[in-house]
Amino acid sequence: MLKCRTAWQKLAPLVRPSSTLCRKSAKQTVLKCESSFRPTQRASMSSGPPGGSSDNLLYYLLVGGTVIGGGVYAYSTLHGDKVRYQERIAEIVSRQNKELTPTELQPTEKGDGGSEKETAPPSEAPPVETEQPPPEAVESAPEAVPRPEVPPHAPYLLIGGGTASFAAARSIRARDPGARVLIVSEEAELPYMRPPLSKELWFSDDPNVNETLRFKQWNGKERSIYFQPPSFYVSPQDLPYVENGGVAVLNRKKVVHMDVRENKVRLDDGSEISYEKCLIATGGSPRNLQAIERAGEEVIKRTTLFRKIEDFKSLEKISKDVKSITIIGGGFMGSELACALGRRARESGLEVNQLFPEGGNMGKVLPEYLSNWTTDKVKTEGVNVLTDSVVKSVSYQDDKLEIKLKDGRVVKTDHIVAAVGLEPNVELAKSAGLEVDSDFGGFRVNAELQARSNIWVAGDAACFYDIRLGRRRVEHHDHAVVSGRLAGENMSGANKPYWHQSMFWSDLGPDVGYEAIGIVDSSLPTVGVFAKATAKDTPKAAAEESGTGIRSESETEAVASGASESTKTPSSPQVPQQGEDYGKGVIFYLRDNVVVGIILWNVFNRMPIARKIIKDGEEHTDLNEVAKLFNIHED
Amino acid sequence: MSYCKQQGKDKIIFVTKEDHETPSSAELIAEDPNDPYEDQGLILPNGEVNWNCPCLGGMASGPCGEQFKSAFSCFHYSEEEVKGSECIEQFRTMQECMQRYPELYPQEEDEEDKQSNRNAAEGEEQPSPASS
Repeated sequence: MLKCRTAWQKLAPLVRPSSTLCRKSAKQTVLKCESSFRPTQRASMSSGPPGGSSDNLLYYLLVGGTVIGGGVYAYSTLHGDKVRYQERIAEIVSRQNKELTPTELQPTEKGDGGSEKETAPPSEAPPVETEQPPPEAVESAPEAVPRPEVPPHAPYLLIGGGTASFAAARSIRARDPGARVLIVSEEAELPYMRPPLSKELWFSDDPNVNETLRFKQWNGKERSIYFQPPSFYVSPQDLPYVENGGVAVLNRKKVVHMDVRENKVRLDDGSEISYEKCLIATGGSPRNLQAIERAGEEVIKRTTLFRKIEDFKSLEKISKDVKSITIIGGGFMGSELACALGRRARESGLEVNQLFPEGGNMGKVLPEYLSNWTTDKVKTEGVNVLTDSVVKSVSYQDDKLEIKLKDGRVVKTDHIVAAVGLEPNVELAKSAGLEVDSDFGGFRVNAELQARSNIWVAGDAACFYDIRLGRRRVEHHDHAVVSGRLAGENMSGANKPYWHQSMFWSDLGPDVGYEAIGIVDSSLPTVGVFAKATAKDTPKAAAEESGTGIRSESETEAVASGASESTKTPSSPQVPQQGEDYGKGVIFYLRDNVVVGIILWNVFNRMPIARKIIKDGEEHTDLNEVAKLFNIHED
Repeated sequence: MSYCKQQGKDKIIFVTKEDHETPSSAELIAEDPNDPYEDQGLILPNGEVNWNCPCLGGMASGPCGEQFKSAFSCFHYSEEEVKGSECIEQFRTMQECMQRYPELYPQEEDEEDKQSNRNAAEGEEQPSPASS
């Protein structure tokens, strides 16, 4: 009996998920045990056959053992999984923490009072996939680390260093005390104004104008094309630390990537700048003719795409060296440059040609009669104007550029200036996920110039909603100032829509000029009201009278200091010329009988009235009555 | 004698001085001086100084902007008989700052007093641009 039990007990631990064989052998062992057991215990009270009860017991034990074994297995697996899961989570969290430590350091720099906190030198650029946190940054002594060239954080980040950006910077500084504004510019220059590049700078008497970039205004007062001298700005390194904040300009850097979710940008040198509010004022790049682009290196290097200071400098030099320059394009810039060069031509004998597809200068802006009259004026400035000219191909032969037109004419010249429009710089739209307008180009923004919660766009690159005139994109200087200023106001807490209508102006030589406002498109029906011109009605006289210097300033940037002298020129009515003389007047541009655009033709200092008429948006039955408001016969 | 002609969609009217002597019958909508959208002059409708006024040039935004704002605010709200007489300290601080940037703030005698007076005068005379 004992033998049997020990044998069975030995067997029990060996029980595994059952097999019949196992059971059978167990049973046999039990039976054997039982058979030897029987003779000794006849008197046992077990009712059934003695082998049955212990068989059941073994069965239960086998099953129970299986269950227990399975349970133990399952538990150990689950537990192991849980442990592994927690380990993995811990690893991920620790990896995030490593990334955070470099960025956590940045907010501490914002503090005023010039705290000398050292930071991880971000000019080495801690990218997102950093494995090693820079522990040196936390522990190193304050004195040793130099301030990074590129500040890692700017509360106000302005992308682009042009007119709109500068106007926004000024606006922000005026409204937000102690604001820190960082301008990131591709160019090597501090912010400057563009209109003089195609106007006043060419009329300067200074032989060194190429270097100084200063010009005398009509009233004798000189000024630079730069908005402010270098002492106005703070250096980018010091921007996070200066006591009262300031405006810093980071030159020769381009923003190549914008991360809107993380509120940061990446520059072309790899460094990153985080921001709280961002303005995109990237402006545009001059378009080129396909005929020139495929014409080869010799043609391309003899072509100027005019926009920047360096283009002015190079063209100014070239105009002294070559015998013939051809301007392709009949719009504002093309015509202004043609007149400027034509004026120079009188002394140097330079041949100046201008060719364009339209029927006359400013053909897309002025009604036909006025465009023709203007073309004649441009010709008297010394320019050979070729209208209805479409360029077919350009080639370089015998040391000359040959421009072949579609109608067969050939123009031989030494240098080309292409003034065929502006392509808005919207490369950031892709990385930033911003909308680009398909009709007008540029970033699509609302009436408050906002693209996303912390992102505004102003200037040439902004396609905005004008409450009065509808969605549009404007490429003029005053618009850059107005929209830049508005964006700056909205970035510092205001919620104002585009309301103050911007204007623009153009001078074709010192004797013909106009100011305009609103939508001025020659395809619209127009009503022109004209009077005869006297000698007083020229841009020169207008500037002298009002004493405001160049008209770039009279509207939006009144000169705060310095007295100006105004000289009165005697008025002598000119002898009426043969044919129509559109000496001075007002031209209204209509859309559905409402005035949407006005040109003041040789009539100056009346822009507020024009602005008011556009703002009202009323249907006037007799525009001659409206024209009376301008007093065109007076000065 | 005025005459009128039509060239396609464009209408051209020539007028003499006499034609335009009679007052205009065109109606303009009255201006709302408190329109929040309009560009304001130097003084806002609520009485505060508009630091963003183009008339101030770069004064409020330059390196001495804060000093200028504090001096000019003091002057603006001054109720003294000689307006701004209690603001000497702020003006002195402003002048000290400006002397550090001679390029930006050309030094003339009593320049900042003249400036603030002129600005104040400009502010009172200058209406919002559209109503002139």
